Amino acid sequence: MIESFFQYEFLQNAAITGILIGIVAPLLGVFIVVRRLSLIADALSHITLTGIAASLLLEKKVTGINDWNPVYMGMVFSVGGAILIERLRKLYKHYEELAIPIILSGGIGLGVILISLADGFNTDLFSYLFGSVTAVDRTSMWTVLIITIMVIAIVILFYKELFVLSFDEEQASISGVNGRWIHLLFIVMVALVIAASMQVVGILLVSALMTLPVASALRLARSFKQTIGLSIAFGETSVLIGLFSSYHLSVPPGGTIVMVAVIILVMTILFKKVRTQQWIKGEV
Amino acid sequence: MSNHPIVKMEQVSFKYEREWVVKDVNLTIRQGQFLGLVGPNGSGKSTLIKLMLGLAKPDRGSITLYDRPIKNFSNWQEIGFVSQKANSFNSGFPATVLEVVKAGLVSRIGTFKFFNKKHKDKAMQALHTVEMEDYAHSNIGELSGGQQQRVFIARALVSDPSLLILDEPTVGVDAKHVTEFYDLLGRLNKEQGITLLMVTHDIGTITEHATHVVCMNKTVHFHGNTEEYKEFNDEDLNRLYGHSVQQLTHNHDHDEVNPS
Ligand SMILES: Nc1ncnc2c1ncn2[C@@H]1O[C@H](COP(=O)(O)OP(=O)(O)OP(=O)(O)O)[C@@H](O)[C@H]1O
Ligand SMILES: [Mg+2]
Repeated sequence: MIESFFQYEFLQNAAITGILIGIVAPLLGVFIVVRRLSLIADALSHITLTGIAASLLLEKKVTGINDWNPVYMGMVFSVGGAILIERLRKLYKHYEELAIPIILSGGIGLGVILISLADGFNTDLFSYLFGSVTAVDRTSMWTVLIITIMVIAIVILFYKELFVLSFDEEQASISGVNGRWIHLLFIVMVALVIAASMQVVGILLVSALMTLPVASALRLARSFKQTIGLSIAFGETSVLIGLFSSYHLSVPPGGTIVMVAVIILVMTILFKKVRTQQWIKGEV
Repeated sequence: MSNHPIVKMEQVSFKYEREWVVKDVNLTIRQGQFLGLVGPNGSGKSTLIKLMLGLAKPDRGSITLYDRPIKNFSNWQEIGFVSQKANSFNSGFPATVLEVVKAGLVSRIGTFKFFNKKHKDKAMQALHTVEMEDYAHSNIGELSGGQQQRVFIARALVSDPSLLILDEPTVGVDAKHVTEFYDLLGRLNKEQGITLLMVTHDIGTITEHATHVVCMNKTVHFHGNTEEYKEFNDEDLNRLYGHSVQQLTHNHDHDEVNPS
């Protein structure tokens, strides 16, 4: 892969995009997981698919639209879905998680209709579902780079606000943190990162890249900062090994990346078990 | 400076659903006071505090904090708060005690600025005050309930507030640390002039330490200094308190028979 990397532009695009999302997906994933909103990533990835289906349909039915990258329409839908979720969460104050299945099923419902109208599945759509090492073009790589820089900057800038909001909303409110605004900013970032990650990992597996590395990190970390660091390390490892094996095995990268993440998770669970047992023995 | 009203509530009423939980409350908290807020379960004490902190909006009446209508208030670092539900957080949350206490400095630090060494020292100092500095790097969820409560007290103290609001802060804290905690509150109040509002069911202890007592059940039934309260307590208040409790139980039964 190393030689091919310098030879083929598409590999560079996929690898660089992969490395970037290996950072931002788990980074945002930490905040999602600790707030027990893991399913939000699923809802948003499904609504991204709806956007992609809409874009493919438009391309087919409207003359003059040819090389629209469906990813952008995916982003628009994803951000729209994110804003809707925030609204619904306010409406169902005591059942905040209800917003997620509403958007998720709404997204799939509309998506299926659009896909059928666009004459069903094709290879394109398959690569959106499970990711692809060949689908990322230069422009979308740059887009992902911009999103990555933006997300990292915002998380650093609002780190303390995001932390206090995740831990204790009342405390955040009496600290003068504008929770509504930060929530909105955050969920829009999540929507963008999901749409950005989708080309490499695929819609069905995007949420795994946001949550599995965090699940592993939670086994080992004590502090919040450690959780973030470990999550990114695990996410990045999954993406790199996953992309590499995807290329060599000729299978979609979504599958390999997620399997590596699963293996890491199993390893951390076992590691923690063994360590706890050693500790118990040490005590006796 | 002294005697200046810090919190002023005028004709404040609030309901979650249909029934008034707080009704026509007039309450002024003046600088330097140590106010004990007592009342039976469900009498609206926690709700009154939520209103005071802008965590709930009153349906009627007005609230001012430091001479500003609450919706224009922004000096949040002046206020420290320990919620009754402080340790109902997600106990699997991956944060250390130090990280939690530092979060109490968010209002002091302000937007677009970062935590630094000074803030860490400040947090360690607050942890020292509640004798929890040895646990600074422990995971917050792995502490006992009383230890967690002490950490939340440290978080409330860390920004050097001039008003400290505590909603049953000593629940689950052992006797030794309760005594130390009251001593600490006494020092904060007398030496540093910090204004204190504390909700408690321990009427005996609060009257030993507080300068003033407020007794409420939806509305304020008594507000005066501790001496007046002791006189009041013997006659009228017991009747009032007992009567209110009875009424509350009565309402409750009624609800069960005829759920609305
Ligand atoms: N979030 C809520 N939604 C609906 N009703 C509520 C809510 N919180 C409190 N209540 C109701 O408001 C009333 C006052 O509650 P509050 O918590 O203020 O009482 P309290 O005086 O703090 O009681 P305690 O001594 O038990 O802490 C109660 O009847 C309670 O059932
Ligand atoms: Mg209460």
